Amino acid sequence: MKQNRLIRYGVMSVLPVTILVAWEVSARTGMVSSFLLPPFSKVILRIVEDMSSGLMVAALFGTLYRMVISYMIAVVLGVSIGILMARIHIVRWFFDPIVSVGFPAPKIAFLPIFILWFGFFDAPKILMASFSCIFPIIGGTWAAAQGVDKYLIWSAENLGTNRHTMLWRVILPAALPQVFTALQVALPIAFIVIVISEMLTGGGGLGGAMMAGSRLADPARTFANLIVIGILGFLAMKGLQLLRRRVLVWHVEVQQEEMVV
Amino acid sequence: MNLAIRYSPLLLLLISWVIISRFGLVSPDMLPAVEEVAIKWWQMLLHDDLVVHAAFSLMRAASGLGLAILVGIGLGILIAKSKWMELLLQPMLTFLYPLPKSALIPVIIIWLGFGHSAQITVIFLGCLLPVLLSSFNGARGVETTLIWSAQSLGTTRWGMLRHVIFRAALPEILSGIRISLAISFVLLISAEMVGARKGMGFLIAFLGDSGEYPGMFAVAFMVIFFGFATDRFYLWMMRYLLRYREG
Repeated sequence: MKQNRLIRYGVMSVLPVTILVAWEVSARTGMVSSFLLPPFSKVILRIVEDMSSGLMVAALFGTLYRMVISYMIAVVLGVSIGILMARIHIVRWFFDPIVSVGFPAPKIAFLPIFILWFGFFDAPKILMASFSCIFPIIGGTWAAAQGVDKYLIWSAENLGTNRHTMLWRVILPAALPQVFTALQVALPIAFIVIVISEMLTGGGGLGGAMMAGSRLADPARTFANLIVIGILGFLAMKGLQLLRRRVLVWHVEVQQEEMVV
Repeated sequence: MNLAIRYSPLLLLLISWVIISRFGLVSPDMLPAVEEVAIKWWQMLLHDDLVVHAAFSLMRAASGLGLAILVGIGLGILIAKSKWMELLLQPMLTFLYPLPKSALIPVIIIWLGFGHSAQITVIFLGCLLPVLLSSFNGARGVETTLIWSAQSLGTTRWGMLRHVIFRAALPEILSGIRISLAISFVLLISAEMVGARKGMGFLIAFLGDSGEYPGMFAVAFMVIFFGFATDRFYLWMMRYLLRYREG
């Protein structure tokens, strides 16, 4: 059994190790120009350097701050609109076509318009990210709230539940698993948009640092920030997964053996 | 008629735009008049190379997405069928999946410059994983009874892949591709805004930078329309491909 596990980890580490070694060797030996691909060790050193000089810490916090704010706005607004759409007819009438057009459309095309309206600082980046990731949240919440088991609602009504309690104690909890799925879809979208708008509008952040690296012919900086962005994305998704497990601990969510990503 | 009622809120938004710009509630620099945007769009279509830009963009998106679909389905089914491949590739997938793919744009530009290949590569990488994962989940979820029946009827390995596993996984694969379709547009526009000399994304950024706001609005809305229209077309196609499932 133990040996089995060793083999498992052995096989799993083959590709990452090969890639890292090939990266380091090809960059060190000059097979690939160090401008195109700075050695891996140099990139890691650069992360340490920039972190301790505070440069990257500032960029990291800039990106994180925009991420959190934009995602929060989208979650609060998106879930509220989704629930209202399921409960109130006129709200559904108004938002249904907007969601069905806005969901698949590449909202990022509006970025220059957002810059025109909201200036160059945090506001256009945050609003662009909220605007991009709110549609899956609205759509998912709406479908979830719409699909709440009728018998649950009838039983609650039968027991004399009022509208307010119905919303908070019956509909929201019953819709929660599906809402969470929508939130998990929306998070990477917010992140993609934050990074790209940092690249295009300046004002710091990890995306801005990547662009600065590539403009100032400092590829180590570009790669260092790419790796930090990757780690941040990974941690954010994992965190949301853990939160889901925490919050939905009461739910008979079938722990399907989906590929863990 | 039903359609008209359903989409009337969009008309409402359009009307409020007209009112806002007519009565000068917002400066025309911030929000050009609707008719100005429409006329500008028509002019660009006739006299400028808007068609060329749009064709470049769509060609890039189609190439990147097409490649991602081919490789993604192949790899996804392979991983589903081979435990070794799954172990081998899983760490990479775990790291790459949550990576915001837009972060790859500057690196790819360093490598491939400002031409087609850079944008196509970004789109390919961004679209690959949704297709791959949905093919994997679809192929792994094939009912074993289906496989056994096919085996007992003497299906070859290739026949099994093509007629049983691929067919059974198709609904999931198709919904994975739909996600990639949306991603392809986002990455296309982003990559073109950051580094391209042609394409709709480039045009939006360029017009915005040079203060040609009616043109910028026109192209932005054109992109939105393309995204919406391709998704609708894809849904229709998906329903056609899966028609055997109904009834």
